[in-house]
Amino acid sequence: MQRTIKLLALAAALATAGAAHAHSYWMVPSSTVLSAPQWITIDAAVSNDTFHFNHRPLAIEPVVIVAPDGSKVAPANVSKGELRSTFDVKLEQKGTYRLELVRAGIRASWKEGDKPKRWMGNAEAFAKEVPADAPELQVAETISRLETFVSVGAPAALKVSGKGLELQPITHPNDLITGEKASFQFLVDGKPAAGVEVTLVRGERRYRNAQDEIKVTTDQDGKFAVTFPLAGMYWLDADVQDDKVSVKAAKQRNLAYTATLEVLPQ
Amino acid sequence: MRKWMPATLPGLIAGLWGNQAGAAGLDVKFEIPRLNVAEYHRPYVAVWLERPDQSVATNLAVWYQQSDGAEGKGTKWLAELRQWWRKSGRESQLPIDGVSGATKPAGEHALSFTEGKAPLAKLPAGDYRLVVEAAREVGGRELLRVPFTWPPKSAQTLKAEGKEELGAISLQLKP
Repeated sequence: MQRTIKLLALAAALATAGAAHAHSYWMVPSSTVLSAPQWITIDAAVSNDTFHFNHRPLAIEPVVIVAPDGSKVAPANVSKGELRSTFDVKLEQKGTYRLELVRAGIRASWKEGDKPKRWMGNAEAFAKEVPADAPELQVAETISRLETFVSVGAPAALKVSGKGLELQPITHPNDLITGEKASFQFLVDGKPAAGVEVTLVRGERRYRNAQDEIKVTTDQDGKFAVTFPLAGMYWLDADVQDDKVSVKAAKQRNLAYTATLEVLPQ
Repeated sequence: MRKWMPATLPGLIAGLWGNQAGAAGLDVKFEIPRLNVAEYHRPYVAVWLERPDQSVATNLAVWYQQSDGAEGKGTKWLAELRQWWRKSGRESQLPIDGVSGATKPAGEHALSFTEGKAPLAKLPAGDYRLVVEAAREVGGRELLRVPFTWPPKSAQTLKAEGKEELGAISLQLKP
């Protein structure tokens, strides 16, 4: 299985080499460690320079805010600007809030005469809208998860959904501090994912010349550890390809995980 | 019984008094420096004892705004005492009896703790550090540690010196 993942990852890397510089997307909360219930604001954008909104706003309609008790909280003051989207959340419970944007679906491309066609949607629509015998039909399933965490009072344990690529914290994401080792585990469909390449980039990208990314690979148990050298907001990203598709026409499944983590100084 | 009483009672009383007078404990003195700044707010301060692994042995004092102000509850900014918040505050039910208090003005502050009397419970023998953390609105944050061994063999005074948000700190150990 691991070999399959690696081979597919390689194939995908080759196939998408041109897209290696695709823009990253992110959500940045105004605070992540809170000592009392209060409002927070989230900025969300698509850009190359980590946490500088200078390209496009992120479509935040699908964002789900999960309260510590599992209930869903509605965002307030939602607005989409030219460069960023923003919304507020009133945090009233103690524990950890998860803000997530999960996108799952099928991507297809084919030729209609000389023209390339691209399609995105769910499995049901796929069966209806994409001609099964289309020339040069390429189909892939995708599940991508973008998330960030905010705790009021003591951080609480986080549960994964068991679908797609997910981060299972060993060190709580709201308990990160410079100079102390933080550990996490990557799961695919709830099972440990070995050999996942993880990239961490600190924000304020504009104020340094190099990307200064931290690269780590998960071990046999899907675990990895990192000691953050500097305080700040970090963008964590990992991508995995496998062949566990649910739609027959799809050859591969692309899984992506992205999170924003705040690291505080000692 | 009647013969035994008079003989032991003075000793018993002496013992009680002796125990009272020489009660083990610690005195903490620290200075909140007077700062010549345009906008001054009293700092939030936390004083606690930690074990070598940085776990909290006991909270001694936490000073923060007690009333709910225009900016919300006084506890809103408690997380600015970053280390204290992470090691203890976030797990605590606030206010902490005998520990929580209002912010104090610049100057020297003296706190006295007797072992076995809240908030200083009986302290198991071992190595500890006194930690004083101060965080000021529109100002900085500073944290100082003074290592010591408990129980002390003799009376000792240990010192540390702050740079910005804290001045001189002295820890007096009483065996």
